[in-house]
Amino acid sequence: MSSSNWTLAFLSQLNNTSLSIVTSPINQKSSSEKWQINSSHWHEFSRLAIEQQLRWVSGWAEHKDAQFIVNACFEKAGIYILLRTQISVDNPELPSQASVYPAANRSERHTQDMFGIRFIGHTDNRRWTRHQAWDKYSYPLRKDFSVDGEPEAITPADKDYPFIKAQGAGVYEIPVGPVHAGIIEPGHFRFLAVGELILNLEERLGYVHKGIEKIAEGRSPESLARLAGRISGDTTVGHTWAACMAMEQAATIEIPLRAALIRGVLAERERIANHLGDMGAICNDVAFVFAQMQFTRLREDWLRSNVLVFGHRLLMDIIVPGGVKIDLSADSVTVIKKDITRLKKELSEIMPIIDLNSSLEDRLYTAGYLSPEIAAAFGTLGYVGRASDQDYDVRRDAAYFPYDQVEFKVALENQGDIASRFWVRYKEIQSSLKLIDQFINQLSDGDILTEWQVPQQDSEGLGIVEGWRGEITSFVRFDTDNKIARFYPRDPSIINWPALEKLTLNNIVPDFPVCNKSVNGSYSGNDL
Amino acid sequence: MLKLLLKTLKTGIATERCKTPKDNELETLGIEIKRYIDKKFSGSIAIRQVDAGSCNGCELEIHALNNPYYDIERFGIHFVASPRHADVLLVTGPVSRHMQTALLRTYESTPDPKWVIAVGDCATCGGEFGVSYASCGAVSNVIPVDMTIAGCPPTPIALMKGLLGLINLPKGNV
Repeated sequence: MSSSNWTLAFLSQLNNTSLSIVTSPINQKSSSEKWQINSSHWHEFSRLAIEQQLRWVSGWAEHKDAQFIVNACFEKAGIYILLRTQISVDNPELPSQASVYPAANRSERHTQDMFGIRFIGHTDNRRWTRHQAWDKYSYPLRKDFSVDGEPEAITPADKDYPFIKAQGAGVYEIPVGPVHAGIIEPGHFRFLAVGELILNLEERLGYVHKGIEKIAEGRSPESLARLAGRISGDTTVGHTWAACMAMEQAATIEIPLRAALIRGVLAERERIANHLGDMGAICNDVAFVFAQMQFTRLREDWLRSNVLVFGHRLLMDIIVPGGVKIDLSADSVTVIKKDITRLKKELSEIMPIIDLNSSLEDRLYTAGYLSPEIAAAFGTLGYVGRASDQDYDVRRDAAYFPYDQVEFKVALENQGDIASRFWVRYKEIQSSLKLIDQFINQLSDGDILTEWQVPQQDSEGLGIVEGWRGEITSFVRFDTDNKIARFYPRDPSIINWPALEKLTLNNIVPDFPVCNKSVNGSYSGNDL
Repeated sequence: MLKLLLKTLKTGIATERCKTPKDNELETLGIEIKRYIDKKFSGSIAIRQVDAGSCNGCELEIHALNNPYYDIERFGIHFVASPRHADVLLVTGPVSRHMQTALLRTYESTPDPKWVIAVGDCATCGGEFGVSYASCGAVSNVIPVDMTIAGCPPTPIALMKGLLGLINLPKGNV
């Protein structure tokens, strides 16, 4: 069946069950469609969608005059659809999709906290993003809520969050965070344990909520690109690309081939830098310091080349709306080529040592097991999904410019344990090196920036890219005068954090750090 | 095991020395830090890093201080797991309102004498995020700051320079 057939078949099925859908393109450039639906059918749609094995991708709302526009994005076989409905601000209720799709759980709670929309039938209506910085009956993303809010001089701790409890002989709680022992981001983990065994883990995030969605409103395209580059510092290329892709769709401009290839180089360099860091850190968490030292050394070499070629270690602010800011000189290409050869050689020496190490085998195999079924149920993304047999990669399955110009293999493992997540990263580094090679070989003379065109009022775009953690979706709507009306970036961490709760079950508490590292969710990208 | 030892030998010492002309700045800085730390802190200074709302960019570069190239521990500067063990708080991020109390408590838990370094543009002036319903902006809006290290994010070299700046700072209670 050709990939677009499922949408036609599904639409006719929906019409037969009297769910009327009005379809329209999101914009002239995007291949995704917008499906308008009556709000009363919101839940029913999700029930039929899961039967057809659509994946729930992302959800967000917008406030426009006396209405809320509510959006949910779905995917199957690389085709995305954007489901949309309108509800009145006076009675903001919508039947929940989270009762069908667990991936929608926290997203709906976020929308509940930020807009005051009630999701009827949601199995868990506790607050999520809101702690104590604004009160229960204020909703920061409504247009009548000022960006300054009315915060107290000192925002109190969120001490009364109703965590899941367990009772019984020998069951105890371990609260961890928000300030952790290492150099990592803040978040709270609540363990229920018996002896060393983890009975349950509950994540409480939202500590680094910085109001990114709110402060995006009214920005210029350049300014939004800068902000997107700081949603999660390790994914600055991924998020900036996704946001720029969305804005470029809205502006109906096409970036030059040379710019697309350079974006590809940037994205793959970011993926490799992060994977190197993670692979070292996973080994370090089970006390194999040799690997940590080797991988941090390789990462540092890699970042120093980033400075030589692009002028920034983490590659911030190089992707801009319409293209890229920095061109690749002949010298830069030489540096990049040398990097590829060198890293391949280093890894060919280090990986056999890791492969043969029995203490790593002992600690990483079977630990932190995520079954393919649970990974599928949560729509788990990126290397976490691919280590549990979820064969999806935006670069291949919904290929965007320049990934539609090249061929590469998507890494896949099916063991679902920490070792799988480690080895998937290694395979991804190998693929990325080949991709970078193809990109620079295809470079031909040309512009690196397309002239910007002011998008029409209300025009929208949906950028979808494969960041190093997995699929990133970025929604942008423009207001008048080139200003942003709404920005919603969905980091893959938002989808993957719940998988961590599942894969830690039945592990021992001392293995939690390495379980966490093997997933390496972004706190900042989750909290926004 | 043999392969491991061979690779270790082959890699040699990655840590950068004075002789390397390109990064000689690093060694000079480090030695100055060490002289001061030896004098004032009996050869060691303990840093507790606190992410108070950062995008994680600064954390990545703080991490790099521990890689074999910079190996900041050789100068007696080490990162500790609790503020109760710390001389210095290295704070990143605009302080999110949800982290405000946690940061205040961390500050109170750090024994005197203590110093606070605000790391990165966000911690220094609010950066891309500024002050809003969700963000308190600069770290100095929440706790007293002794010095700042700008950059988005600051490079490991800039971080080492910053530490030097802190310990040369005249401080009444030293």
